[in-house]
Amino acid sequence: MPSSPLLQVEDLTSHYGPIQALHGISLEVNPGELVAMVGANGAGKTTLLHTLSNVHKASSGKVYFEGTEITRTAPHKIVKAGICHVPEGRQVFGPLSVEDNLLLGSFSQRRNKAWVEEELGKIYQLFPILKEKHRQAAGTLSGGQQQMLAIGRALLGNPKLLLLDEPSMGLAPLLVAEIFRVVRELNEKGVTILLVEQNAKAALGIADRGYVLETGRVVLSADADDLLADEAVQKAYLGH
Amino acid sequence: MFDQILQFLLTGITVGSTYALVGLGFAIIYNASDVVNFSQGEFVMIGAMSAVALSAGDSGLPLWLAAIGAVMITMLVGMALQRFAIAPARGASVVTTIIITIGASIFLRGVALVVWGKDLFPLPHFSGEDPISIGNATLLPQSIWVMGGAAALVFGAHYFFNHTTLGKAILACSCNKKAASLVGINVGIMLLVAYAMSAALGAMAGILVTPITFTSYDTGVMLGLKGFSAAILGGMGNPMGAVAGGLLLGLIESLSAGLISSGYKDAIGFIVLLLVLFFRPSGLFGKASVERV
Repeated sequence: MPSSPLLQVEDLTSHYGPIQALHGISLEVNPGELVAMVGANGAGKTTLLHTLSNVHKASSGKVYFEGTEITRTAPHKIVKAGICHVPEGRQVFGPLSVEDNLLLGSFSQRRNKAWVEEELGKIYQLFPILKEKHRQAAGTLSGGQQQMLAIGRALLGNPKLLLLDEPSMGLAPLLVAEIFRVVRELNEKGVTILLVEQNAKAALGIADRGYVLETGRVVLSADADDLLADEAVQKAYLGH
Repeated sequence: MFDQILQFLLTGITVGSTYALVGLGFAIIYNASDVVNFSQGEFVMIGAMSAVALSAGDSGLPLWLAAIGAVMITMLVGMALQRFAIAPARGASVVTTIIITIGASIFLRGVALVVWGKDLFPLPHFSGEDPISIGNATLLPQSIWVMGGAAALVFGAHYFFNHTTLGKAILACSCNKKAASLVGINVGIMLLVAYAMSAALGAMAGILVTPITFTSYDTGVMLGLKGFSAAILGGMGNPMGAVAGGLLLGLIESLSAGLISSGYKDAIGFIVLLLVLFFRPSGLFGKASVERV
């Protein structure tokens, strides 16, 4: 008997004006899993995450989190419920300091000062460079450092589910490896993760399960290892 | 000559303090929502007029209570403006929102005209009208209230944006609304807070300065323009720049009124503004944004 999914998405559709971006997506993420959603540019990966966080409206379909429907729940309440989202392109608050960025990540947890204090210490342990630069404006960090900041900021929201949108985008291969190592480590520490990536090889390499998204539809879903071995996936996404 | 200049400086700082508060209101709303709110002057007028109305007559409230009531009324007007005029136009261009706020200012002025008529109204001086001598220059006690009140409000605003979570959350909304939502900030509420704060600053400026300048339904027009100039002069979106711009504008006006011609004081103020815009389009204290991707 499998445990009930942490996140369950049923037949989700979404539009930009008259253009349909998501054509009935169904997926689930179980507690403790690291699930990768891979697909080419424009497949609808970012739209899917935006729709889950409800910063982009769903047209139809349902999203359940811990058994409760959150399809139309306000974004700030979704964060409070435990879904924290690391947006594509980091989206750090550029003029604010690194530490302010992190503390704003704990906005939904701000009543629990002791926890925030402790968690901030953990983030600084995980990413020592952020501690070193904690007074600096976030906009002056390098791309990799901004990605670490964006992840740290989301972790300070005390996530039960972490949504990661293209963490490898625009980073040098060495940094990509570093970021993926951290993602894997976070998952091993018990954070459930839905990772959206164009870099299918790296993402599937650390994931338990994977989905392949094409033009707004899930076309494949399997264990990550099976997807890595799949001929069609290799041809389309892994460059074999 | 020196005494005269000292007198002009004192007057300039008093007037400039009012401009600074109005300019600060512009900067706060611009920062939070990218809207240039041309109703900012009307906040000043509504604050002053409400305080006059609440304290008038034998059954009127004591001045301090009337002032608190007036500030609250103005905050409600500010939040209503955001909720019913600005929020429905979400995603509209800057020009559209400017036209909306100009429309709102005409509407608010019209309502004030209907409610209070065209008369000029005073408020009593907070602590007497005996001028204080500084050398050969004089200063009204109310001027000290204006300067001190403005200084306190400016420091309060500075503290709020730099040292409180709520203040930083509003700044976060101004940098990136989507990211702010994604860390759990209720962006709609933050915008309401920003408008309420701007309205409160405007109302307090109006209440502080009305004992000296009097108020009427249309005092907001010129004060709004001056506050806007202050914000532009200092660099739009830089709250402390707006304060500096306000003080500078007050000083320029007062000195040019005294040394050149009082008839041209507004013109000279605006000429200086134009010159600054020609040579430093981002304002005196505006800085290019730092961003790396």
